[in-house]
Amino acid sequence: MSAVAVRIRRRRGAGLGLLAWLIGLLFFLPIAWMALTSFHSEADAATNPPSFGAALTLDGYRDFFGVGGGASPWPALINSTVASLVSTLCVLLLALPAAYALSVRRVKKWTDVLFFFLSTKMLPVVAGLLPIYLFAKNAGMLDNIWLLVILYTSMNLPIAVWMMQSFLAEVPVAVIEAAQIDGARLPTVLARVVAPIALPGIAATALICFIFSWNELLFARVLTGVVAETAPVFLTGFITSQGLFLAKVCAASLVISLPVLAAGFAAQDKLVQGLSLGAVK
Amino acid sequence: MTATTTASMAATPARTARPPSARLRSWATRAPLLPALIFMIVVTQLPFVATLVISFFDWNALYPKARHFTGLDNYHQVLTDPDLRHSVWTTVLLTAAVVLVSLILGLGLALLLDRRFRGRGIVRTLLIAPFLVVPVAAALLWKHVLYNPEYGLLNGLLHYVGGPQPDWISNTPLLAVEASLVWQWTPFMMLILLAGLQSRDHQQIEAARVDGASDWQIFRHLTLPHLRRYLELGALLGSIYIVQNFDAVFTLTSGGLGTANLPYTVYQSFYQAHENGLASAAGVLVVIGSIVIATFALRVVSSLFREEVSRA
Repeated sequence: MSAVAVRIRRRRGAGLGLLAWLIGLLFFLPIAWMALTSFHSEADAATNPPSFGAALTLDGYRDFFGVGGGASPWPALINSTVASLVSTLCVLLLALPAAYALSVRRVKKWTDVLFFFLSTKMLPVVAGLLPIYLFAKNAGMLDNIWLLVILYTSMNLPIAVWMMQSFLAEVPVAVIEAAQIDGARLPTVLARVVAPIALPGIAATALICFIFSWNELLFARVLTGVVAETAPVFLTGFITSQGLFLAKVCAASLVISLPVLAAGFAAQDKLVQGLSLGAVK
Repeated sequence: MTATTTASMAATPARTARPPSARLRSWATRAPLLPALIFMIVVTQLPFVATLVISFFDWNALYPKARHFTGLDNYHQVLTDPDLRHSVWTTVLLTAAVVLVSLILGLGLALLLDRRFRGRGIVRTLLIAPFLVVPVAAALLWKHVLYNPEYGLLNGLLHYVGGPQPDWISNTPLLAVEASLVWQWTPFMMLILLAGLQSRDHQQIEAARVDGASDWQIFRHLTLPHLRRYLELGALLGSIYIVQNFDAVFTLTSGGLGTANLPYTVYQSFYQAHENGLASAAGVLVVIGSIVIATFALRVVSSLFREEVSRA
């Protein structure tokens, strides 16, 4: 390649890098604007043209947390935390042994079983919503956070089984056999050999399950009311808001999205694998 | 596949020699799988069977005594009701537009991010962020903070250049919903396609470049064929998630202005209109639509999966 061609290639490379930066910033702009607005006073938040340099204040956050009266978001935040954490824990408890039987010590027709799990993920939520609602109503489980825990577990279990079987399959069988020949019992093998290799993958799986449970709206909206309301349901209260509430809604959206942003960035490298149900590495 | 055949061959002689212990052992292998399997069947398959049964009944929850079997009447009603037919069309339009646009944008961004440049990691993080905003929060952000005709950011920025001040959601409701979903789903497509780009055979590309192939030729004849299955996967997974979308439609327009898709319609017909039979029939139709997409999706996933297994 001639020196000129190299220079042209390099200059075009820099141009494309700049383009990537511009598009990246454009995609981030709504979030940056949401963050800025959340620190403005309500009067400054609702101006046209927008007031970029207005004074910063925590009033939006005070409003959201109900300092000056109004509904407190804490019950909803606690409900979401419970539903997401407990369902993630249940998912791990059910998915780990299942993934073990699908990757380390394989059952017969293990691929068929895997694809059964995947196919349940493709069944739309609305397909079972009404019977679940009727069941909950008759069983007196409406507005009960534990019903959401069960449903979120079923929602995330297929993803977790797929991800974990692909992580456990990375553990070399020879290492497991060597440990067993040395006389190690199954729990020891799991704790000392399998866990260290598969742990980062298990952690990423847990984070992704947490995100999906935290985000879920349809089940929560239909099956909960006053007591078991989750954070996304709390947010739907802003849908028909009128008047000056922009700073408050921005603060609320940001606070409620923070756990997801944190979990998502922590699991960044495994995010694709989880979202594509383990098909892409 | 090889693992399955060797496993079954190893199991056969053992079974003939010592039947009880072999059966015991095969159950011991299956045991860790059973809790997850049974849980899934009970929580996801049984309700669907119930939906199927209810869909054959004329059943309004406000008049429980009038419940009776009507055969395919609900389906007939769903398919002939103009509102419901419109919601089928809306679902198709919404899904196709969002998947196609975010796939194309995602491909462009993945190609940009596949190159080395200063701050690539930061740009990647900035681009992923929209996908990590809680969907309801994202929809609220678009509805109130960006689209608002009086003080939204879009009209605020238009104000600077002396542009018009449209009422985005009222003028173009479906487009408004689609734009907010494209913003959230482009990062998803980008991530899948970026993974595809990074799994290319770099030696092959270098060889083509040495042989004098242009960037466009390399893209057209090497990169695109390699990306085909990743594009298919992105499109199919995107379709599966967006066909089911409820949050954006519910938040941005509350299903009004002709934006009600099937999931919203199902929600509305039993939660507000208490038409259990009709809602179930509509739900079954969503499932049939999903099965069509899912069949293709499963085929793509399994071809990628078998490649992984045979490589291992």
